[in-house]
Amino acid sequence: MLSIKNLRAGIEGKEIIKGFNLEVKAGEVHAIMGPNGSGKSTLSNILAGREDYLVSSGEVSFNGKDLLDMSPEDRAREGLFLAFQYPIEIPGVSNINFLKTAINEIRAYKGLGPMEAKDFLKLIKEKQALVELQGSLAGRSVNEGFSGGEKKRNEIFQMAVLEPTLAILDETDSGLDIDALRIVANGVNKLRSADRSFIVITHYQRLLDYIVPDFVHVLYDGVIVKSGTKELALELEEKGYDWIKKEVVEA
Amino acid sequence: MAEQNDILEEHISSEYKYGFSSDIETETAPPGLSEDIVRFISAKKNEPEWMLEYRLKAYRHWKTMEEPRYWAHLQYPEINFQNIIYYAAPKQKPELKDLSEVDPELLATFEKLGISLEEQKRLTGVQSNIAIDAVIDSVSVKTTFKEVLAEKGIVFCSFSEAVQEHPELIKKYMGSVVPYTDNFYAALNAAVFSDGSFCYIPKGVRCPMELSTYFRINTSGTGQFERTLIVADEHSYVSYLEGCTAPMRDENQLHAAVVEIVSHKNAEVKYSTVQNWYPGDKNGKGGIYNFVTKRGICLEENSKISWTQVETGSSITWKYPSVILKGDNSVGEFYSVAVTNNYQQADTGTKMTHIGKNTRSTIISKGISAGHSNNSYRGLVRINKGAKNARNFSQCDSLLMGPLCGAHTFPYIEIKDKSAVVEHEATTSKIGEDQIFYCKQRGIDTEKAIRLIVNGYCKEVFNQLPMEFAVEAQKLLAVSLEGSVG
Repeated sequence: MLSIKNLRAGIEGKEIIKGFNLEVKAGEVHAIMGPNGSGKSTLSNILAGREDYLVSSGEVSFNGKDLLDMSPEDRAREGLFLAFQYPIEIPGVSNINFLKTAINEIRAYKGLGPMEAKDFLKLIKEKQALVELQGSLAGRSVNEGFSGGEKKRNEIFQMAVLEPTLAILDETDSGLDIDALRIVANGVNKLRSADRSFIVITHYQRLLDYIVPDFVHVLYDGVIVKSGTKELALELEEKGYDWIKKEVVEA
Repeated sequence: MAEQNDILEEHISSEYKYGFSSDIETETAPPGLSEDIVRFISAKKNEPEWMLEYRLKAYRHWKTMEEPRYWAHLQYPEINFQNIIYYAAPKQKPELKDLSEVDPELLATFEKLGISLEEQKRLTGVQSNIAIDAVIDSVSVKTTFKEVLAEKGIVFCSFSEAVQEHPELIKKYMGSVVPYTDNFYAALNAAVFSDGSFCYIPKGVRCPMELSTYFRINTSGTGQFERTLIVADEHSYVSYLEGCTAPMRDENQLHAAVVEIVSHKNAEVKYSTVQNWYPGDKNGKGGIYNFVTKRGICLEENSKISWTQVETGSSITWKYPSVILKGDNSVGEFYSVAVTNNYQQADTGTKMTHIGKNTRSTIISKGISAGHSNNSYRGLVRINKGAKNARNFSQCDSLLMGPLCGAHTFPYIEIKDKSAVVEHEATTSKIGEDQIFYCKQRGIDTEKAIRLIVNGYCKEVFNQLPMEFAVEAQKLLAVSLEGSVG
């Protein structure tokens, strides 16, 4: 599904990702944890194709295609979805209109005609229930005047509608109270399937109580310094990141 | 909205698609302005003596006036008023019996513009249709649906025809809202106007269809000076649309129109414009100077006038559709989207003058600047003494696309009555890279993302437009802003 090899990248001449490797197979959930400034958000921005970031070397293959060679919109159309840490507001554009445009763009890329209005509305209804999103939210402008929790739920709702093969959740748990966290996690769990993979980027183990990962990686100073299963997350929660930093320095 | 976007997609092209000129036989006056030209125009139109007298008074007054140049936030070379042709008319046989007598080239022109006069005629009687008065160069060439409207007592015809057929209404209302002494261009217009539209809605009648005037400048070197007069008598309602296009030419052409609206007791007039005069090329060469005076008066209680404009064209726009709120409880509204790209300049806004008690006005202005353009909002809210409990809400937003354009806001507020409540909000924002990236991450490319964002930004104004016009406006916006980011 996704294969990242020796990735080096940064922004404004500063290298942040320093030889990053990751293999994600279909259906797997990988959690990437790490202290502030370790490069977590940079990684998600690079994968999504944000122009400000520059890749100096390495390879990223996504479903057999060269991801780095694709425009951000083509990456999305190929099935890569980023749930933003800070979802953007677009005043005056309804969620529904936004999603309809997105769906039809993705369909056009695949050589399909626009979705029938009837089918679209059915899809919206069904997916709204998944994240317990009120009907009125779908009609409101994209993220405008949404609370922090509503914004994050809206990201998961969009993900549910667009049905990506790889979803990257960039600190989706930040700013969520425990109820919202549960709703978001439930939404994600319902979307887990044998052919859909997730990269869950987070600071805290808390989210992983709900979205149980297959693998946990610790990112520190632009590289993965430790990988394990969900128990690693518990260990991090208990001991903090200092012992990892120490290990790295000693090595 | 989604449907509108689909239609939008089909119509994307970065060129000014109305830039053709038609080979229609025209009759023109020699360039320049004098009493003789005024007399010539009046004679051509076979006008009664009182009309000629009015024109001459206006002309003599105009001669005493100076061209206003330095108050607006605009820059343009001096206009030589003696180089302009003040009268150009498609040659046609007098008294057309039916469409077969109209110059086929003329009909083809309107087909190309998307106005099928024949189709309109065939569909006569269908309620949802639009009655159109088409004005090419200086002369009204065809008014559709006249008979259907006449059954309800509605008068909708060219201004020239109204002068002949309804002199009592013209005498009563012409110049009552915009007198020829009002300003330089209003005086010029009153002297040389060659046609326009007239509309009268009688007491208690709700006009069953949209009325529309379509303006087209065709002949090179001509100015267009049309007049529109709309009178809504007590308890009546009308929605009026105005569209404008012109061929692409290297020269600057002058368009100086006057629009007057009179709204009587409990009457409502909704006036919508999609202005798409040729804006000049990418380097700012050519384009229309659009110097227009538009004003309405809410003459009696509970009357309402609403202006909605989408301004995408013209090299220079100078335009302040205004409302005088004279009747108690009367309502004035102004909704505007003004887009400037390349080297276009716009100085546009509104004036709301509160005279009556409990009068209310709303101003929603959305400016979008791209390229090297400059876009200014200029508005005046005046609350006179005695206008008890007057209220105004103004919101002026500016959106900047790229680093080389400018957005300016000049709000003027004059309050002479303490009971007034006036609110003003203004924002300036840049179209966000973050917003565009967010759209791209959902599979939407840059051009479509900009369209989506800009349409969202203009939504409050588009919502005021009749459906067909809203779609047209979105298309125009997309075309005007094509390639302006990224």
